Amino acid sequence: MQAKVKAVGASQALVVTASRLRDGRVVWLADGGAWTEQPRSARVFVGTAIDAGLAEATGAEQAQLIVDAYAVAVTPDADGPWPLSVRERIRAGGPSILAGIAA
Amino acid sequence: MDIVESFAGRPEAETQTRAGIYHYDAYDREFLRDRVEEFRDQTARRIAGALTEDEFKPLRLMNGLYLQLHAYMLRCAVPYGVLSSDQLRKLAHIARVYDRGFGHFTTRQNLQFNWIKLEEAPDALAALAEADLHAIQTSGNCVRNVTTDEYAGAAADEIVDPRVYAEILRQWSTLHPEFSFLPRKFKIAITGAAVDRAAIQLHDIGLVARLGPSGEPGFEVWVGGGLGRVPILAYKIRDWLPEPEFLGYMEAILRVYNALGGRTNIHKARVKILVRDVGHARFTEMVEQEFELIPKAKFRLDPAVVEAIRAHFAPPHFATLPHAAATLAGQVARHADFADWVRQNTHPHKQPGYISAVVSLKPIGGVPGDATADQMDAVADLADRYSFDEVRVSHVQNLVLPHVRQDDLFDLWRALAPLGLATPNIGTISDIIACPGLDYCSLANARAIPVAQAIAERFRSLERQYDIGTIFVNISGCINACGHHHIGHIGLLGVDKKGEEFYQITLGGSATNDAALGEIVGPAVPYDDVVDAVETVIQTYLSVRDGREKFIDTYRRVGVDPFKEALYAAA
Repeated sequence: MQAKVKAVGASQALVVTASRLRDGRVVWLADGGAWTEQPRSARVFVGTAIDAGLAEATGAEQAQLIVDAYAVAVTPDADGPWPLSVRERIRAGGPSILAGIAA
Repeated sequence: MDIVESFAGRPEAETQTRAGIYHYDAYDREFLRDRVEEFRDQTARRIAGALTEDEFKPLRLMNGLYLQLHAYMLRCAVPYGVLSSDQLRKLAHIARVYDRGFGHFTTRQNLQFNWIKLEEAPDALAALAEADLHAIQTSGNCVRNVTTDEYAGAAADEIVDPRVYAEILRQWSTLHPEFSFLPRKFKIAITGAAVDRAAIQLHDIGLVARLGPSGEPGFEVWVGGGLGRVPILAYKIRDWLPEPEFLGYMEAILRVYNALGGRTNIHKARVKILVRDVGHARFTEMVEQEFELIPKAKFRLDPAVVEAIRAHFAPPHFATLPHAAATLAGQVARHADFADWVRQNTHPHKQPGYISAVVSLKPIGGVPGDATADQMDAVADLADRYSFDEVRVSHVQNLVLPHVRQDDLFDLWRALAPLGLATPNIGTISDIIACPGLDYCSLANARAIPVAQAIAERFRSLERQYDIGTIFVNISGCINACGHHHIGHIGLLGVDKKGEEFYQITLGGSATNDAALGEIVGPAVPYDDVVDAVETVIQTYLSVRDGREKFIDTYRRVGVDPFKEALYAAA
């Protein structure tokens, strides 16, 4: 389990992401313990509440569903959460060269 | 594996049906099939939970399977960049069936698939094995794919065919029991031509094959080069290594490195750091001492073994032709576009009437080094028709048809054009080396591909590209330097600044006989400014160059100051 958010502020919105074991696709922890490919559908945790999400991810790793889970800082706008860093925006949106996203 | 022992008692290689390709025998094929089935079992156990990720990761990496940003990535070895047309078709098949219809040729002359599923990876490896290909030792702390001149066996300036020795190194280093867990990865490059097109001074070991006074092959040996976090040029450890001692000396270098290389800090583990720390003289002394202790008979290259391997690389059945095809000059005179392509995308051949043709994988707006499955199939068909079934991968991320009749060149060009494979830009500012960067790579800090695309778009005018002349732009998305930014005439290194992409600019690097490491010009520039910065560098060059002086020569004459002033004076 990796914690890539070094200092979690009390009000920082966070989500949990990982790679799906069977195909390596990027997934996001959603409500009910589901893992979705839609970052906008990820469950948002605030501050240290992320620990609960990371604990759920540990269970999913032990169930051979995912690998390399970690927390990602997001901005929780009206369309749903979206990562703050370029790296995570590219993970969320796919390669910028294919999708034409503005990372 | 001991190459001498490995040949003993083995059946003869199958009758050679094509020139220039090393053909596996039954022993090799059985080994590959077993290896695929072993990995199939390991993968099944991982998915079932019998293996943890920590247990499985080194096993998948030994089979070239990485977990990247969006999916698993399979790095397939293309030994010294040489492919048969059937092998290229098999890569196209894998791209189509197991990936998203394309692949990425790398600076190590390999091919990477970016969208592999773990559960299908064993099937992809089985498909590779059907074409005598694999992904073994494309990862891990072992000897990686040996690279060489993309014009090997064809170049007019070639002295010794390096493929023979690259293949000997491949067989010697594959599953070598002593060198499978080195302190860090180990890269070897070999050239046999007057001009170094294999970047030998940037490798852990660089080899220059030459002929001795009696016409016998031997080698200059360079050691301790590398890029990455600490870029260092190799130094020459031996002026002359006779062919029979070739493997013994390699063994001695690897033994010294294996015993004394750092194992506690990944950033200080390459042989270049050991060489730097102990000094050239001491490292040379240690290698020579080790070499003296090595049982010479065990490692001596048997001339019969060398000849058996050389036979695999015998020249194809060239026609007897005049030096210059009579038709070519007329076609060049009548078709300006074709003339551009011939000037930029061909290389002189040793056989009269033949020429090597470069298939550019750098169309304006394209992804450097990418080819679709359809393009791979098409190039394979063209190789069958025009180049004795042979294809090469260059470390500059293009493909080469090595043996084309000059009087076929016009037809080849006309066939390549509708495929998007006839961009006449080899050696120009749009022939950019770029790693996958942050669009795919989990190690990257910044994107490389869109930067390359934007630079190519800015300089899309061929007239402008030709006016600028020969220049090499290299882009890496992180300090690991897979885009070889240190040795670009213009190098761009992506760095992360508080989650945003910036690019450090280096100038004056070179990868060939006059190898040099680029000099950092000043503070990194943000993503949105990097193309303008390259434009400023080019404008500065054009304003101070002397006649048709090349960029690198201008830089060496005027130094970094005019460029620094132009880039940062307004800041």
